[in-house]
Formats: sequence, structure tokens, C-alpha cells
Amino acid sequence: MARTGGKAPASEGIPAKHEALALTGEDVVVLYRQMVLARTLDERIWMLNRQGKVPIAASSQGHEGAELGSLLAADKDGDCFLFPYYRSLALKVSAGLTPLQTMLSFMGKVGDPYSGGRQFPLQGADLPNRLIQLSNVVGAGLTQAVGYALACKMQGERTVVLSYFGDGASSQGECHEAMNFAGVHQVPVVFICENNRYAISVPVARQMAIDNVADRAASYGFPGFVVNGMDPFDVYEATREAISHARDQGPVLLDMKVERYMPHTTDDDDRRYRSAEEVEEGRRRDPIDLLQSYLLEGNMLTPEQDGEIRAHALREVNAATDDAEAAPYPDPSTVYDHVYQG
Amino acid sequence: MAVKSVVEAVREGMFEEMRRDSGVFVLGEDVGKRGGVFLATQGLCEEFGEDRVIDTPLAEASIVGIALGAAMKGLRPIAEIQFSDFVWPAANQLIGEAARARYGSNGALSVPMVVRIPYGGGIHGGLYHSQNVEVPFFHTPGLKVVAPATPYDAKGLLKSAIRDNDPVVFLEHKKTYRLVRGEVPEEEYVLPIGKAEVKRSGEDVTLVTYGLMLHYCLEAANTLAQEGTSVEVVDLRSLRPLDKETILESVKRTGKALIVHEDNLTGGVGAEVAAVVAQEAFDYLDGPVTRLCGPDIPTMPYAPTLEDAYMPNADGIAKALRDLAAY
Repeated sequence: MARTGGKAPASEGIPAKHEALALTGEDVVVLYRQMVLARTLDERIWMLNRQGKVPIAASSQGHEGAELGSLLAADKDGDCFLFPYYRSLALKVSAGLTPLQTMLSFMGKVGDPYSGGRQFPLQGADLPNRLIQLSNVVGAGLTQAVGYALACKMQGERTVVLSYFGDGASSQGECHEAMNFAGVHQVPVVFICENNRYAISVPVARQMAIDNVADRAASYGFPGFVVNGMDPFDVYEATREAISHARDQGPVLLDMKVERYMPHTTDDDDRRYRSAEEVEEGRRRDPIDLLQSYLLEGNMLTPEQDGEIRAHALREVNAATDDAEAAPYPDPSTVYDHVYQG
Repeated sequence: MAVKSVVEAVREGMFEEMRRDSGVFVLGEDVGKRGGVFLATQGLCEEFGEDRVIDTPLAEASIVGIALGAAMKGLRPIAEIQFSDFVWPAANQLIGEAARARYGSNGALSVPMVVRIPYGGGIHGGLYHSQNVEVPFFHTPGLKVVAPATPYDAKGLLKSAIRDNDPVVFLEHKKTYRLVRGEVPEEEYVLPIGKAEVKRSGEDVTLVTYGLMLHYCLEAANTLAQEGTSVEVVDLRSLRPLDKETILESVKRTGKALIVHEDNLTGGVGAEVAAVVAQEAFDYLDGPVTRLCGPDIPTMPYAPTLEDAYMPNADGIAKALRDLAAY
């Protein structure tokens, strides 16, 4: 974890990094499993979109290190509530959904755990897994996350809220309003910017005149840090410390530098605004490859076991795809349900 | 029974609900020590403390966004927008977010939130302290919209709104705050959201209205009574849900409907009421469904002559009633 404006530390100390963070080898294998499954689902969903079976998807490929490293910190903490954003596919899936639930959501079928097919995939609420993401209006979720965290504090709970957003959302007025209020009232919230340097097509240099979203934290009176979002260990460490800080001393802003491997959504064509070389360069730092090497080199995983993890993920995704395709769409007569209570 | 003003009734409603339920809290601009610019929250901070009466930074989108987040956690926030004219920065949180939370989560989320909004003109407020803001909220499924006109209704409906598990936009007409006084019982009571009330019974013409205009309508109905025309005055009290039953029951008896509101004519609440009457009471009508509303200009101007030119008044309503009665 580096202070505002500083550089994220390079990965080092392989394979002892997880031990320094008090993580077990099993923790790392589970993390890897989640990443592989999330990526496999993500790739399949993209394929299903091209087949006309999934109307829309926003990929989290390249964001898995930031999403799952922070989720691990939240899980280990045991008392966090999450307000993810529209690109948090890996996070939402790994927070407790089955591959089938995920597929039902993407196809808009009965059994979609977030909205019952009313919203874009994985959007609405997954209360059993302590997640809310209401809308596609970027930035709007930040004030809601602050309100939720304020309520936790008012009720005497120790819950910390993790509020996720993209670099694009950091331009919204509500991002400022949320952080300002959180700073004034010492609200227990960790702001996590998954900074992939693009608001759809607009590069970060056209979004802000500063280098890091983290730099803004100073103006709200709380700490901000730049984090290498491609390294789940760095993310885990930064988030763990941020959660602890938020609980006792108020907000923290984490600016997680990540790569967006895919176009903005399935409806976007990123060849219009960025080079293939740029994307390829980012792929060399794939968090899944990083974790795979870490596990193999540290003898925490054999190549055979690795193969089985990937084969298992594929089998699960295949089965989920088949089952979701066979599942029914919502009954049209339910279209009026849940406008108001009861 | 004690006689109270509208603002006193609103304040009492909040006091009672905050004493009754520790999950109720207030947030907004200057709501703490200042007691709100209209003194609606006066005394709350002293009794309930700064943790339950929160002076927010001057930023409306976050006032409603934070209230929404707290409501999703299960608290019952009462957010105050200082003047209706300032609600637009928060429109997304109300219309885009709060209204859709239950539907968009397949029923998993509830939003037990009230947004209190002092609105309306006739107080020399000009373009940015006089607006009638009801229509965007009235149009939005998922929201409830309440617009009481009397102290009794204001208190009873506010208490219901606070206890409601869906987001309620609570419109308090600024000019009624101190001008309108009425009896408010000492004992506990609540009034149902979505129920209009016949404030004056009559047989010849139905007058449908809400907010400050109720009082001008009652004045006009009184004038008409002296001229031998019996006017029934329906106070909507809630705009959404709209009490079609009470409107239709009245119009089917009188055969004539005049709708009066301060808000602009085009696309106003009156347009919806007129459409309901035209479609569902067509066979009973004995005259054109008529509207008397604020003109289609961007809210009432500041200069007294121009403000008067905007505001519907008792004389104008009486004239419209005469015309309709004679049709």
C-alpha cells in the first residue's frame, strides 16, 4: 500500500507473500479458484451474447485482482456490506452466487437472485450475500453506500461498507458529495475505485487533470492510496487496512489501478478508441496468470490440480448454461409485482 | 381541541414519530440548531441530539441519496429539502433510484423514507422559491406523493408517511405553514395515504383540488352557495396513489368537474384527473371537464403584479364555477 501519489510496491517475496499477510495456502487456492470460475463465466457470457442469448454484459476481465482481493478482505473481516457497481461481475459472483444463479441473471430468467429479471444482470440486491447495487447511474450508489454506512454507525453496529465505482464515476458530483459527507461525519466506508483508465472510450487524461483519483482524498480529510489492482495480495492488504481504519477512524479511498481487457460492454467496440497493443500489454499482467505462477512456483498447486480447477470451472459453467437456457422467463402477469409493498 | 398552524402540525408529527420509533431521524440543511428555515424542525435537535437531527452539507443529491441508503438499512429517514426549487439535484435519487429500489430488487429492498418538501408560491419567492414540483414525482410509479392542505391532514398524513415502507414525497405548501390554522386533536391519530376527502358537500359542480388552492376553492364555493349554486369540494390530499373512487363518486353525482391547481396547466395533475373523469364518468358528464391552473410560464415571477397574474384566486375560481354551472 502506497501513500497518495506514491508507487505501488512491486510483487516480491514469492512465494511468501501470502504468509506475510497471514493467509493460508488454502486461502490462495480458493482465491484462484474463484478467479478462474469468474473468468470462465465472464467469457461464456460474452459468447452467449454473440449467440443472442444474453442481451447485455459488462465484463470484469482484468478487474478480478481488485474485486476478489478486496472481497477476500471483506470476508476475512466478517462484517462488511458491499455496494459494488455495474462492472463488478467477479465480485458479485464470488460473493456467494452459484454459476446457475449467475446465468439465470444474465439471461433474465426466473431465479435471477438480484432482480428476478427486472434489471440488467446482477443488478438490484443480493441481501443474503450483503450486496446492493441499484442502478446504472454511475456515482449514485456512492451516496447510498454512505447512507447505509451511516445507518450502521447510528445503530451501533461495526459494519464497514465497501463502495465500488469506476474512474468514470469519479467525475460525478455525487462522488464528491458522498466523500465530503463521509469525511465530515466519519462514516465507516471504504471507497474503492476500480480505475481502468477508461470511461467507455474517454481516457483518464480527458477525465481528470490529476494522476490519481486517490489524490482527492486529501480534500475530504481522509487518506487515499494508490493500489496495484492487478495484484490480489496488494489489494487484500490495502483493503484489510482500509476496513480497519474505516471502522475506527472513518473513510479511506483506494485507487486500484486495473486493466479492462474487454470493450466497455458487449455493445461497445473498443477498436475505435484504443490499440490492440495497449490491451495486449495489459494482458501480460493478468491477475489470474500472476496467481497461477505464484501457486505453481510455491508448490501450493500441481499442474494437474490446476488443470482440474480449470476443467471443473468449465464443467460448472457448461451445466449452468444448459440449466439456465432451459429455465423459464418470468410470468408476464408478475410485471406489476413489487412496485409498492404488498 | 387545540388550534394549530400547518407548520406546528408537521413539527408535532415528527416529534411524535421520533419518540415512538428510534429508527426515525431527520437530515437536511439547517435542520439542527436553526430548526429549519421554516422552523419545521425546531426543538428536535434539543430533544433527540445531533445524531438524529443531522445538519448536512449543502448538497441535495446526497441528502436524498444518504437517506435512501439509510432507509435500505432499515432506518426511517425524514429528509428535508429546504425549498422545492432545490429538489432537482436530488431528482435522480428520488425518481431514478428510490422509486425503483423495490421493483428493481424483485421486492428485496424497502425504502421507508420521507422527503419533506416545502413548495409553492404566493410568498414573493420568485422563480426559485415558489416552484410547484409535484408532477415528475406524481408521474413516477414506486413513489407516493402527499400534498395536505390543513394542519389536521398534514400531521396525520406525515405520521403515516413516516411509517410507510415505500418512499413518500411529502409536499408542504409554504404559504399554508402559518396562514392556515385548524383543530388538531391531542390524541394519537394517523390518516391513510391515497384517500381524498370531501371538504365541502355539494350537488351542482365538483371542484377537485389540493394544497393551498383548497382554501381558495372553499372560499369560491362559499360565494357560489350565496348565489344558489352548490359546489362539492374534493381535497385530493394524496396525489399518488390518486383516489379515483372519491373523484368519480362525486362527479357522477354532480355531472360537472372543475379541477384547480397552482402548478402549470399543461401535463399537470389536473390533466390526469380530467382524463380519468372523461374516461370513467363520461356517461354522467353534463359539461366540459374544466381546469383552472397556473399558466404555462416558468413559475410565478417575483414582482407582486406578475405573481398575482400567475396565482389562481377565489374570484377566478368562482367565475369558472359559474361558467361551468351555467353550461
